[in-house]
Amino acid sequence: MAKLNLVKALNLALLQEMERDEDVLIMGEDVGVDGGVFRVTEDLHRKFGSKRVIDSPLAEAAIIGAGVGMALYGLKPICEIQFSGFAFQCFHQIENHVARYRMRSQGRFHVPMVIRMPYGGGVRALEHHSESEEQFYAHIPGLKMVIPSGPRNARALLVSAIRDPDPVIFFEHKGLYHAAKEDVPDEIETMPLGRAQVVREGSDLTLIAYGAMLRLAREAADTLAEEDGAQCEVIDLLTISPLDRETLVASVRKTGRAVIVHEAPRSFGPGAEIATSIMDGAFLSLEAPIARVTSWDVPFPGFAREKGNVPDLARVLAAARETLAF
Amino acid sequence: MPRTVLEPRFQVEYLSILDSDGKLDSSLEPDLPAADLKRLYRGMLLGRRLDERMIRLQRQGRIGTFAPIKGQEASQVGAVSTLKPSDWMVPSFRETAAMLWRGWPLEKLLMLYAGFLEGGQPEPGQNDLPVTIPVATQVPHAVGLAYAAQYRGDDAVVMSFCGDGATSEGDFHEALNFAGVWHVPVVFVVQNNQWAISVPLKKQTHSKTIAQKALAYGLPGLQVDGNDVLAVHAACREAVDRARSGDGPTLIECVTYRLGVHTTADDPTKYRAAEEVEAWEKKDPLTRFGAYLQKKKLLEDGLTESVDAEIAAAVKRFEALGTPDPLGMFEHAYATRPPHVEAQRAELAARLRNGDGPAAALANDPPSPPMRGQRTSRR
Repeated sequence: MAKLNLVKALNLALLQEMERDEDVLIMGEDVGVDGGVFRVTEDLHRKFGSKRVIDSPLAEAAIIGAGVGMALYGLKPICEIQFSGFAFQCFHQIENHVARYRMRSQGRFHVPMVIRMPYGGGVRALEHHSESEEQFYAHIPGLKMVIPSGPRNARALLVSAIRDPDPVIFFEHKGLYHAAKEDVPDEIETMPLGRAQVVREGSDLTLIAYGAMLRLAREAADTLAEEDGAQCEVIDLLTISPLDRETLVASVRKTGRAVIVHEAPRSFGPGAEIATSIMDGAFLSLEAPIARVTSWDVPFPGFAREKGNVPDLARVLAAARETLAF
Repeated sequence: MPRTVLEPRFQVEYLSILDSDGKLDSSLEPDLPAADLKRLYRGMLLGRRLDERMIRLQRQGRIGTFAPIKGQEASQVGAVSTLKPSDWMVPSFRETAAMLWRGWPLEKLLMLYAGFLEGGQPEPGQNDLPVTIPVATQVPHAVGLAYAAQYRGDDAVVMSFCGDGATSEGDFHEALNFAGVWHVPVVFVVQNNQWAISVPLKKQTHSKTIAQKALAYGLPGLQVDGNDVLAVHAACREAVDRARSGDGPTLIECVTYRLGVHTTADDPTKYRAAEEVEAWEKKDPLTRFGAYLQKKKLLEDGLTESVDAEIAAAVKRFEALGTPDPLGMFEHAYATRPPHVEAQRAELAARLRNGDGPAAALANDPPSPPMRGQRTSRR
């Protein structure tokens, strides 16, 4: 057991999976000698060499495209896209091929690939370094979309993603990389993909969040308990797709109220699918409209204005109180 | 300071062995046994005859839109005939003759173009990728396969196909660049058939050749007469041997011509002159190679009939397939169906059980939407 931040926890997952399975290799820009711009792959190049930790040329489409070829051959490439804002230069490879090869070849081939990307704002970074774009991947059949919220679950989810026979898009929030340390066990831990976690039990309102927004949801739950005497249930989604509808529905059947918090823009975002799933499964239990606290439907406004865009505690509290009072 | 000339000096070679009448430059004649020569011709003829049959099947509405190969048989068969079965072939969408050579059952190709994904499923152990439609996106896959083969220490070579239009796509250039840096065993075959739907090569690139694009990535590039099966075979043999012996990738530009339509939904009379097509018909790869074999007394009697019988038998098997089970679509989306997909499958299964499924709706299907390059009305 060691106290690790998110960067070190992810590094541990990569290290142990590479030690365990020779088919696992890493490819991306600056992932080798430099250890990645966020140091997630630090030291792996020294341990496993340049054939397994590949400093690729700077070309996202070929990083993913070549990764597809490696995966079709039977390897398990972990591709790093340096920032999720650059992934649109390989989006066609992800949508056209990563997600579809199992279907197109009718099971003869599959793409057991993990695509890691730092995402998210609030880190005073430029355009294309601050966005949350999970909705694009969550919408594509054939992919899984995972977003951890802390070091321990990040490590376990990454191990599960590497071992998963289907392609997994794995988002890491930049604001969480060095945010907090957690106890992470030395022995390998896994976590099932497609399962949300109830991280706080409550009876009055369900707060649903993931990634960096989970901290806001927890803080809001603390404040509401203290100041309003309201008991919130907090759900950490962990996997965006496939969505754990069962856990969401069970919670809202109990609480009758739900607030969804995400950093992606609102329209057609994950909140829409979450809300519809709750409506489908818990309509008769609902006491109030389902609320969404999200970034606004505008392109990235520059980090000087970011505070007004990314959800903050005050907005989550306001939405929760409105929902509770409805 | 005067400008200095840097060391790299490039040249691009052009290789042709048979002239347009099938006459031979005997100094370049590859040393191929008679049986191999006969097999090459049969492979080309099978590609041509299946293509013609598929056009008729498409016109009758028995299969959907596809991309015919007429004129490109030598480029395809000449290239893949240099691979071992354990090597890998990465096609685009106009490689019928190459796929047949690699062992795709004829009825699978018919199925693919009749809308059955089963037609895109390579046989167990067959190292071919299925048809890829988005232009040039398959080329990086070939590089990844080659990397993996090298990583595992396997003796495999990967051959990727694309067309002249694909050489304008970023994926093509990224793939060549990666292959050069990684020095992996891959051969890039570009079938330069002069036309990317309606856009001629001179509007596609200002380069004099496509072969020279390899030079920028530090790879050898060779231009070859793509309607001369012996030249294509010789060039690809060299490239495959080079890849297998660890000397890295090669780009081969096969200069050929699409004698027919881009796809069965295309009308080339709108964008190119009949005289141009006629001039290329005189360089038909089957006629040229046929004349060469005739002189060597290797042209077999009854070959067309035997090829047609093989095709007829495949068409029969294809037509016996019947209607697909709609629930089949849920089989290969994921390794294990997630709960929401399972629920959707159950929803459709219930509809089918109640008799209100798509079987009844199929009869009233609207016409297929147009494919890339398709015109919705005739002039």
